[in-house]
This record gives sequence, structure tokens and C-alpha cells, in this order.
Amino acid sequence: MKKFVSTAALTAAVALTLAACGEAPDDSKESPSSTETSTGETTDTAADFKGCMVSDFGGFDDNSFNETSFAGLERAASELGIEMAKAESTDAGEYTSNVDSMVQAGCSLIFNVGFNLNDATFASASDNPEQHYALIDAALSDPNTFETVNFDNVKPILFNTQEAAFLAGYVAAGVTTTGTVATFGGQPYPSVTIFMDGFVDGVAKFNEDNGKSIKVLGWDKEKQTGSFTETFDEIGKGKELTEQFISQGADIIMPVAGPVGEGAMAAAKEHKDTYVIGVDTDAFAKYEQYQDILLTSVVKTLDTAVFDTIKATKDGDWNATPYVGTLENGGVGIAEFHNLDAKVPAEVKTKVEELKAQIIAGDLKVESPSATAVK
Amino acid sequence: MSVSSEHAPAPEAKAPEKGAAPSRWTTALRDMASSSATVIIFAILGALILAAVLIAAADPTVQKTAGYIFARPADFFKAVWDSVSGAYSALFRGAIYNPDAATFARKIKPITETLTAATPLIFAGLGLGIGFRSGIFNIGAQGQVVLGAVVSAYFGFAFNLPVVLHLIVAIIGGFLAGGLWAGIAGFLKARFGANEVIVTIMLNSIAGFLMSYLLTTTAFMRPGSNNPVSQRVADTAMFPKLLGQDFRLHWGFVLALLAAVAVWWLMERSVLGYRFRAVGFNPDAARTAGIKVERMYLYVMLVAGGLAGMGGVSQTLGTEGVLQEGVAGSIGFDAITVALLGRSRPAGIVGAAILFGALRAGSPLMQTDSNTPIDIVQVVQALVVLLIAAPPLVRAIFRLPVPLKEVAA
Repeated sequence: MKKFVSTAALTAAVALTLAACGEAPDDSKESPSSTETSTGETTDTAADFKGCMVSDFGGFDDNSFNETSFAGLERAASELGIEMAKAESTDAGEYTSNVDSMVQAGCSLIFNVGFNLNDATFASASDNPEQHYALIDAALSDPNTFETVNFDNVKPILFNTQEAAFLAGYVAAGVTTTGTVATFGGQPYPSVTIFMDGFVDGVAKFNEDNGKSIKVLGWDKEKQTGSFTETFDEIGKGKELTEQFISQGADIIMPVAGPVGEGAMAAAKEHKDTYVIGVDTDAFAKYEQYQDILLTSVVKTLDTAVFDTIKATKDGDWNATPYVGTLENGGVGIAEFHNLDAKVPAEVKTKVEELKAQIIAGDLKVESPSATAVK
Repeated sequence: MSVSSEHAPAPEAKAPEKGAAPSRWTTALRDMASSSATVIIFAILGALILAAVLIAAADPTVQKTAGYIFARPADFFKAVWDSVSGAYSALFRGAIYNPDAATFARKIKPITETLTAATPLIFAGLGLGIGFRSGIFNIGAQGQVVLGAVVSAYFGFAFNLPVVLHLIVAIIGGFLAGGLWAGIAGFLKARFGANEVIVTIMLNSIAGFLMSYLLTTTAFMRPGSNNPVSQRVADTAMFPKLLGQDFRLHWGFVLALLAAVAVWWLMERSVLGYRFRAVGFNPDAARTAGIKVERMYLYVMLVAGGLAGMGGVSQTLGTEGVLQEGVAGSIGFDAITVALLGRSRPAGIVGAAILFGALRAGSPLMQTDSNTPIDIVQVVQALVVLLIAAPPLVRAIFRLPVPLKEVAA
């Protein structure tokens, strides 16, 4: 026992010392442990507002919508000084209890990430009419009647992702030299295929405008079938699939598969003049080693939506009107071309701006069966 | 380490017995200290201590104070104590009893949540236990859980039957689905000698993708929705709540306890169970004794798979009422641990399942209340298994005596 204790203590001490290596002993005279609780939260500066978030089974490190949403909450905690709490679900069996534990924790506003939490949100919101919720990336629907419902205490946060993906598809079609582009998804979820729908339509629009016949591999919008890695975490599968697309002539690939997208980048880097389009956030900022092959990114500003919702609610301006991220309000969009700016023909750039204006004006509708209709 | 010190008296309490003359009581104490139950308890204790180290190491305040540990050690030890006691107190309040809650129902809700979370693990653990004792290493409980969940959910929302009948039909559907799915592996082993480990692992993948596929079909999806979430199981097919609507605990838990008794009877009292065990001890000897070994493999898998399928049933008809990605979680894999921890005996499995249920029920509060990463909970589970798998290691760490049998051998 003693040996064990000393070993454990030594291990911990070494680990902790290493973790804080080089840090000088605290020289300020006030006691450091009293300004912070053991949870590391700044409780004393926090207003009476507590923002909470429950992930779906992907977890907050999914490199995708859970992570981006959480970034918004973290930003709110640091900039607005609110308290925060999170509950990460590892499987579907935890949704109900995680949402419930948030209600018990006295949260002011609970963000539930993804359509998987629809039923848990519906049940919890029905039982706690005074509690405020926001459901990210899904409209609230009644689990029994399947109807979309509007609760006074649930704010859906939605995105017209297809509009931005449409522009990315147009750019891809304008840049390709082989006449073939490709896209693939992680799993056939609506939040994934909505990107692919827009992408396919964007390419089709380019073909129509220019009398070309650029091909899209990996997604058939009409049949709603295509290529999927069936995983959001095995990067190797993304690389494999991308290699296949490249061997079929594709030179621009848009992977919609969270971290698996990195596999596509790795594959593209091994081939000359082959580019990747990122999703969710600007991949250029995230993947430094692939900056030379990232054409653009289809950006979905979940973090901003979360932050804005918290800010509004904290300022006493709660409302359950769905937030819909569009090209118009900047909720969705395409990132800059960064290093590859010279590769994009000037007329394509102008045309993209035109199309964007048309979509905003409502003259051009980009449809997707996965887009959530808002009542 | 402040944590370890509170456990330190345990081995010392036993120390005086070592040198004493072997009286009746000494022998009794020695037997107790060296029994597998003691090893298990100390393995759990050891896992909690190791996890405490990780909890402390992951805590930002601890990391910060460690930077000036020599300048002002008190800060460091206070931070360690805060993080570890905070995490374990949250675990206790989340899994057993919450004195801070507003109402009495809320106070005792944690323990009911523990039992709710334990229910599918009991079912699946029982199934695996039968396999282990019959010499079959069934890794396929996950697939069997998934199949049980898929079929019971489908029966639950697609059929329109009267109250009691609907539940029974859905349960039987889930049981048979799990049984037949495992039966494939049993048949392949019995008929062609296929290795059940490989076959069941492959069947896990097939089951998972089968569910993913089914969830994209109109037969399962909600009308007007594109999300891979099934329709809701009708109320007529849901397990009634055991303690009223305030608690999620349902009659599936009682059914799980009955199943444990039934499995005990099957393995200890019935002829079929005797044959299962005989095959497990020594297939050649069993064959010589006139037992049809191949047929037993098939029967074992049918029963074991059916029980694992019930794990899925208790999810869909008990707590969730819906089939969606991740509904089976990692029940099938956790159940392997549960079965090993429970030494494949029904009573042990129930106990182990409740322990795992507690870790699971306590994890949301550990996260929200003390900011402990959820991974720590899984690390505790893994450490328990690691330590259970090596009894001599636990004895060495805690200076427990070696069982007399092993000394003689």
C-alpha cells in the first residue's frame, strides 16, 4: 500500500509539475484559491446567468457541430462573464438524464445540440415551461404526431446551409480543370446531406450558365444517395474514399464528415492541383499544414448563433422565434479563397457575388429536402 | 496524497493476522481477505484511487497550484482535495442519494436512475455469463442488443395491440431477434466449427450498419422527417413505470431480476444448464459422456443472445421509447465487463451491473457539478476490469494474503 501510495503520489507530482513547468511561484499576495472554485469557473464575476449545453453522442470534441456550438458557449463565458456547464453524452441513453441534470443545475438557458435531442428537449420543455431551451440544428417536433411545434420556451437554431454550399459548388465547378468534382459525407444525416444538396445544385447552376457538363461524384440529389464513410472519426476512410474520387478524375473534393475531412486533405495533398473545400468553420484556420490545398469552406456559424442567443437572453430579450442562419444574416457563407485566390477566375468571383445577392433577394431559391421548414 | 490516506488503515487492520498463530478465526479472516469478493472490492477501491489521481491531474486549479507547490504546498493539497472530493461527492449525489435536492422524490431519484441504467447491463451480462460458463466467448452482445432494440421498437410502433399483449409481443420479438442473431454464430460454430469470437464481432458490425440503414427507410422514419430517428413506441408497448411518473425506473428492472433468478436455476438446477457447464469445463469429456456438444453451442447462443436482446428491449421499451443512432450505447461491451466482474454468476452480475449503473447515473452530475471530464468515468470502468483481470496484482498492491489453495499449488 505504502509503495503504491508513494508511486501514485510521485506520478501525480511529476505529471503536475510537468504540466505547470516553468511557472513561477505565485507572487501576488492574495490567496489564489479563493478567487476560483474547484471547478475552475469564475463564480464571483458571473452574473445570475448560467448557460448550459448538452452534446449528442458525438461529444464536444467531434470537430463538428457539437464542438463549434460549444465554442460559442465558451466565448460567452469569457466575454460576458456568465457561468457555464456542459454535459457530454456518450450514447443516446444519456440524453434524457443529461438534459434533466441541466434543469436541476439551475441553468438559465440549455442548448441541446442536434436533432437527436429533439425528444429529450420536447419532454423536458413540456415538463418545465419556465425553463428556456435552444435546440441546435433542428426544428422542434412532437415525437408522437411528427408535427413541427413552437414552444414558448424552446428556440430552434437552424441554418440554410444549402445556400452556402450552393456557392461552394459553383466555385468548384468554375475552378476544376478535369471537369469532375466530388463530395462525400460521414453518415447520411440531414445535417450532412444538406451540404451535398447545395453543392450539387451549385455545380448544376454553373453548367447551366456556361453550357458545361461538370460532373459531381459522390452524391445524387434526386435519389438522395451517395458516398459515405459511415464514420465521423476514422480519418483513413476519408483518405481512401478521396483517393478513389481522384482516380476517377475529381480534382476538387468537399468532405462533409467532421474530422474525417482531414483524410481528404491528406489525399489531395499527394496529388497535384487537387483541392479540398472545408465545412462548418473556415478550415484554413484549423489545418495549417493543408492551407495550400484549401479552396474555400462552407461556413456555418453555430458559435455566433449560440453566443448571440445567450447575449440576447441575458439582456432580457428572450424569444422563441427560430434563428435561421442565412447568407443574408451571415449565419452561413463561404470563406475566403486565401492562398488559392489566384486559382479562382475573376468572372467566377463576380458571378458568385451575383448569385449570393440573388439568393438574399429571394430571386433564386436553393432547395434541399433536408432544409428545415420554419413555420 | 490526501485521498489515499483515508484508505490506508484497511491493510493495516489485517496486518496483525499475518504473524498470529493459525487459529480458527485467523483462518476465517484469511479466507475472507483472500476471497475473490475481497479482491473485487479492493480492485474497485484501487480503480477509484487511480481515477482520483487522474481527476486531480486534469483539474486546472491543481495544475496551476502545482506550479508553486514548493512555495505554498497548502494550496496544492487543497486544490487536490477540492477536485477529488468534489468529483466523488457529485458521483454519490448523482448515483445514490442527493441531499441537496428540493423534493424527496428528487433526493432519491439518483438511486432509481442507477437501477434504471443497470437494467440493460443485467440482461446482457446474464447472457454473456452463460456463454462464458459454457466455454463460449461471445463478443457479440452488442449486435444482439441492437437487434433486440430494433425489433422490439418496430413491434412497438408498427403494431396496434391491446395494452398487456402489445408489451409481451414486443418483448418476445426482441428476445427472439437477439437469440436468432446470436444463433447464427452458434450455428456456424456447431456446424462448421467457425470461431465464435470472429463471427460475433463481425455480426456486431452488421447489426450496427443494419440499424443505420433501417433508420433511413420510411418503415422506421417519422413521416415528413428526414432524420434517422424512428417513430415513438406506442404507450401500450412501454414497460409501466415502477414508482410512478416521477421516476424512469420501469418494470424491466424487475424482469431483469427475475431473469437473474431464472438463469441461476437454469445453470445450477436444470439438466440443460448442467450440460452447458459440462461443455464449458471440458467439451471432449462432455462428448464422451454423451452430451451433444455442438447442439449445446447452439442452445447456449440462443439463450445468451435472447438475454442480450432483452438489454436492447429494456432501452427501447423501458427508457427511450425510440430507436436512434447510439440507442444501444456500448451496453454489449460494458456487459462483458459486468459478466467478468460478476464472475459469470447471476448474483455477481446483478451487483456488477448496479455498480456500472451507478457510475453511469453519476456521470452527468460529475460533469455539470464538478467539471470532471466524462472520460474519467470510463477510465474508472476500465481500471476496474484491468485490476479484476489480475488478482495477484490487487493482492500485491493491497498486501492481501494469497488463498490457501494457491499457496498449496
